[in-house]
Amino acid sequence: MQFKSDRIVALLILLPSLILVGIFVYGFIGQTVYVSLTDWGKGAALAENPEMNLIGLKNYGELFSGFLNSRFRQDLVNAVFYTLFLVSGALGIGLILAILLDRGPKGESVFRTIFLYPMSLSFIVTGTIWRWLLAPRGGINRLPTMVGLPAIGFRWLNSRQSILNFNWQNLPQITAIVVGAAFLFIAFRQWRSGLKKKGFLSLIPTLILLLWALWGARFTPEILSTPEQHGFNLATVGIIITAIWQYSGYTMALYLAGLRGISEDLREAARLDGANQFQYYLNVAIPILKPMTMSAIIILAHISLKMFALIFAMTGPDNAETSHPAVLMYLTTFRANNFAKGAAIAVVLFVMVAVFIVPYLISAYRERRA
Amino acid sequence: MLKRLDWGKLVVYLALVLFSLLYLMPIYMTIITALKHPVNISLTTAWKLPGNINWGSFAEAYNTLGPNFMNSLYLAVSATLISAIIGSLNGYVFSKWKLPGNEIIFTLVLFGMFIPYQIILIPLFRVLRQLNLYGGIPGLALAHIVYGIPITSLIFRNFYARIPESMIESAQMDGAGFFGIYRRIILPLSMPGFVVVIIWQFTQIWNEFLWGITLTRHSANPITVGLAQLAGGQAVSWNLPMAGSLLAAFPVLIIYILMGRYFIRGLLAGSVKG
Repeated sequence: MQFKSDRIVALLILLPSLILVGIFVYGFIGQTVYVSLTDWGKGAALAENPEMNLIGLKNYGELFSGFLNSRFRQDLVNAVFYTLFLVSGALGIGLILAILLDRGPKGESVFRTIFLYPMSLSFIVTGTIWRWLLAPRGGINRLPTMVGLPAIGFRWLNSRQSILNFNWQNLPQITAIVVGAAFLFIAFRQWRSGLKKKGFLSLIPTLILLLWALWGARFTPEILSTPEQHGFNLATVGIIITAIWQYSGYTMALYLAGLRGISEDLREAARLDGANQFQYYLNVAIPILKPMTMSAIIILAHISLKMFALIFAMTGPDNAETSHPAVLMYLTTFRANNFAKGAAIAVVLFVMVAVFIVPYLISAYRERRA
Repeated sequence: MLKRLDWGKLVVYLALVLFSLLYLMPIYMTIITALKHPVNISLTTAWKLPGNINWGSFAEAYNTLGPNFMNSLYLAVSATLISAIIGSLNGYVFSKWKLPGNEIIFTLVLFGMFIPYQIILIPLFRVLRQLNLYGGIPGLALAHIVYGIPITSLIFRNFYARIPESMIESAQMDGAGFFGIYRRIILPLSMPGFVVVIIWQFTQIWNEFLWGITLTRHSANPITVGLAQLAGGQAVSWNLPMAGSLLAAFPVLIIYILMGRYFIRGLLAGSVKG
């Protein structure tokens, strides 16, 4: 029973926000994509309105296979490892904390406050504090000496070591094998749940990808002219620990809300079935927490894929060992004034985040409509 | 039976205390380092309590970071209040005036809070320059307000969804229009929603760094940029960055400790589902 004029007022109230979001989100994304396809006026880059020439995907080509842009490729590898370790670390510790607090021990709210306060701080604050804590011959490294053990010698933020190295030239094959393995897993699950025909069909991409990776790849040209090693830089460990310290409280809050939502009846039923505490969490609670796990993965992956401030505060923007595409985008754009390439880096980051976010938003949309 | 139960509890408490020490350790280190005299700070005695306390670190940190602190305060207060008002109106329309395409438009708006801000940084930088807003606090506030639309609308929409339709309908029977309903029904029930949104936005804006360093001139730098510059220099003795960190953390920590319940609500609202 709404009057038409009121509906028009409602629309008029909403409209400015929609226009702003339309321009500042979608319009700007489009413009950044466009800039990434240009040369931004080359020499005249600092001019107010540089003459931009479209050059296609050249900026992207240089980033992924140009001789001078090997830092971008290491940054990309770093971003993947930052994401993997932050997500798994924060999920694991958050789950442990939530289970510890689940039965409402005495002082629960004090503990909750302690575990969650890092979330309220700026990355710059935590980064500054942890840089001091991780100083090579002080802080954390001296903790063992308090109980008479020798000090730790690990250089948390400036180790030069790198593990899990691979040759960037092999990246297409590695990708093909990983994706092929994922299809194999899907095929196996479909086959087990009785969808034999579908499972068989899923095997086809597995075979194609594996065959190409093992045999066909020698017929496609190399993406780089010389071998180039990239891997997991151990100097990022300190930053990963700091990020986990800051975000495990968030996953704890999420999981705790989920655990509290489980009805007492279900818990009682599990106990009557003879499940002990451990079995209850493993077989009853954790499967129920799946939506929380999904939300946490999305949010944390999104945070670590745009990580900038924490790295800036802990090792500075110029440190190539611990760098991240978000840091390189800042340097390329605002220090080197190479706006076009900066835009291309931003687009790569955006696509990586969108892979997580878009399916999540679509499924949330479907749930609301249902 | 009783004994086994106690053992379990003991393990839980032991683990909780251990984790608490782990989470409090950085704050302990920050406070004791801030209270030391520069000459007494050394890597080998980093964990020891200060011998004679140096309150001067805070005064010195405030001398350097004071202007940044005030910049952040102006920025965060003004942008937060405007954000909250816009979010409240949007949330009201999204939850109670389902216009055609309501859900799809809402989803498209939500997308804006998940983009990595690097993707809009270059056009934002150019547009602010064209509007003559580059470099100052108003331009930064504008950015925070616009990109705050998704999260504030989301929180208010979910909050208002719990107000029963029957209340809206009976107000309409009494002849209330769009604003009448907002003033008489929605707004009086909005207090907790405003608290959640204000705390959330204030914390986000206060802690933000990327825009602060790319979109403001030196005189308008927010506290995070000031702290990064203070701590970035190699020659500085560590009592100063630590005191600066406490200064930068102070407002958000106070809010968090006093109103943690609402802070958590904002945190959980960030996950779109449920």
